[in-house]
Amino acid sequence: MVLLKIKFTQQRRVHLAQGLWLLSWMAVMWGAIIFCLGVYLKTELLRRDEVMDNTEIHVVPNILMMVGLASIGTNWVASRVCQDSMDATRFPRWKVLLLVWFAVAAVLCCLLIAVVVLSFALQGRLEESLKVGLRNGIRFYKDTDVPGRCFQKETIDRLQMEFRCCGNNNFKDWFEVQWVSSRYLNFTSKEVKDRIRSNVDGRYLLDGIPFSCCNPSSPRPCLLYHLTDNNAHYSYDYHSEELNVYSRGCRQALTDYYMQLMNSTGPGVLSVILIQISVLLSMRYLQTAMEGAMGLEDPEGESEGYLLEKGVKETFEDLKVNALTMLKFGQVDPNDTEGSSEAAEKDASPTPAS
Amino acid sequence: MVLMLVKFDLKKRVKLAQTVWFMYWFAVMAGVLVFSMGLFFKIELRKRSELMDNNESHFLPNLLIFMGLILCGINGFGGKVCYDSLDPAKFVKWKPMLKTFLMFCVGFNVLLLLTALLCFLMRIPLQFTLAEGLKNGMKFYKDTDTPGRCYMKRTLDLMQIEFRCCGNDNFRDWFEIQWVSNRYLDFSAKEVKDRIGSNVDGQYLMDGVPFSCCNPSSPRPCIQLQMTNNSAYYSYDHYTEELNVWKRGCRESMVSYYGGLMNTIGALVVLVTMLEVAVTIGLQYIDSSLSTLVNPEDPESESEGWILEKSVKETFTDIMANMKAMGKGGKVDEGGEAGIATVS
Repeated sequence: MVLLKIKFTQQRRVHLAQGLWLLSWMAVMWGAIIFCLGVYLKTELLRRDEVMDNTEIHVVPNILMMVGLASIGTNWVASRVCQDSMDATRFPRWKVLLLVWFAVAAVLCCLLIAVVVLSFALQGRLEESLKVGLRNGIRFYKDTDVPGRCFQKETIDRLQMEFRCCGNNNFKDWFEVQWVSSRYLNFTSKEVKDRIRSNVDGRYLLDGIPFSCCNPSSPRPCLLYHLTDNNAHYSYDYHSEELNVYSRGCRQALTDYYMQLMNSTGPGVLSVILIQISVLLSMRYLQTAMEGAMGLEDPEGESEGYLLEKGVKETFEDLKVNALTMLKFGQVDPNDTEGSSEAAEKDASPTPAS
Repeated sequence: MVLMLVKFDLKKRVKLAQTVWFMYWFAVMAGVLVFSMGLFFKIELRKRSELMDNNESHFLPNLLIFMGLILCGINGFGGKVCYDSLDPAKFVKWKPMLKTFLMFCVGFNVLLLLTALLCFLMRIPLQFTLAEGLKNGMKFYKDTDTPGRCYMKRTLDLMQIEFRCCGNDNFRDWFEIQWVSNRYLDFSAKEVKDRIGSNVDGQYLMDGVPFSCCNPSSPRPCIQLQMTNNSAYYSYDHYTEELNVWKRGCRESMVSYYGGLMNTIGALVVLVTMLEVAVTIGLQYIDSSLSTLVNPEDPESESEGWILEKSVKETFTDIMANMKAMGKGGKVDEGGEAGIATVS
């Protein structure tokens, strides 16, 4: 019981080969686009490498790049097969390679679906990574004289200005760390001594934020210090002031940015999956139709193309039996002699009856 | 004495026509490029028109857009003529207009060269426009409650952050104007009253700059208020402090940005002019080679092609004579009538 049988005349076979050739070149182009998307995503992730704690999210662009390259190669092979399919002498040499090709194309489709799933599933891990990375960045903001961390201040400042965000969850994160370097603190002054004594770790904490948190849309010049003190500034209410600093946290801003980037690659990936599946199905039809035609006395007559020779269930059973036989090849050898002697006995016993 | 004479047989003519057709397609794309550069420049000027007092001249980008469109048109037409030149039947209908078309192309190439020159020269008026615009912009920084000017603060802040600059010439420009709105000043405080009393106009001047002047590369948190007071901050000397705020003035950085843009566009237009000259010469060769066939009926006969039929000097005197004749043609009619009137 063949699956999805279609009759093919010579002309139909030629049209199928031509259509598949065009489709495979289109798939090559889409593969290149997927590769470029992967490269772009990777570059964007690498740019903010310093505020990310781990590189788990990099698996998405890595797979995209790999699949893009593999897709270019696979579909180029498909176009070569199409070109040779019209020539009866050249087509048979692709026979074995086609089996491998089908396996590779199926794996590519699965990988693409995995990419779409992963880009949603890894959102939580990305947020975690950003949380830890930003926390460290804010902690090391003041260490502009420590080798290895001296650019942390500039990185965080530029990040906050570009993404219009402040702190990890919100601007209050800056109240909990010392972000002014001790080199610029006058330890003899009363104010500094008070602040340092006011907490267990002896840090200089203040209710102030760096300038990069300032919101340019605010109607009044930016207030950086004494933010919780209503009396420190004229006509200022800490609880109702909304536009002074950015209200969004940088973790949220960065997560939104990267999710948006990955979601925008979604339609491209889905269309590549569709194109790859149609190339796969068309190639199967072409293969079976050409093999059928070559088996006939008249190579230009009608032949049948199908997806599977037997039904889905039977094909699956066949595959299982084949796989088990291959596995048994290794195990059969020690039992071979026993098995053959038993078989000889069994052969001997029924003969008297018959 | 013809200029740059070249002998052509059929094969050479075909090759010439194909090459020039190919070059015409490149020239069409170059026309599209000039058009898009003009559009891009126009958008960039529009983006910052607030900082230029809405006074900036859009002459150059408009000219580039216009030139780009005409380039596409004449190069498309030229390409069609080249394509038809291989078929004598089709070429006959283009033959009469070809001379005027070539004259027009030469004139247009001169205009293109002038446009390129203009690109390099427009830097100077832009400098003055920017200086005026920035000065006024800074004056209106505090007017966040005045309709029509309420976005000036945001525009200036974003510009100073993006272009990494502060003030007009340098950061001290902020010391000379009041950039804090009166709504946020406590007029009963002694400090405010002192500052207002200290100058003739009654403005609240201070030695501070807005936050957008701050330089993120500075190792210490940004010092934007009381900048000239060394004792206000620990270990601070405002004479030697270099990384605290941006040192460059915004006029200089914007002029260099727009200047760079215009230099690039100017260089591109010069390259496009050279391409245009090449295709015009190519078309002239096609025209002259197809009109001097030894045997007009036989398309495979030999012919000659040239750039100018006579030498440069003679062509020039010819053109002058033609123009004088055309000028006199108008005058002769009146003189003729008067002469006839007096005679009769």
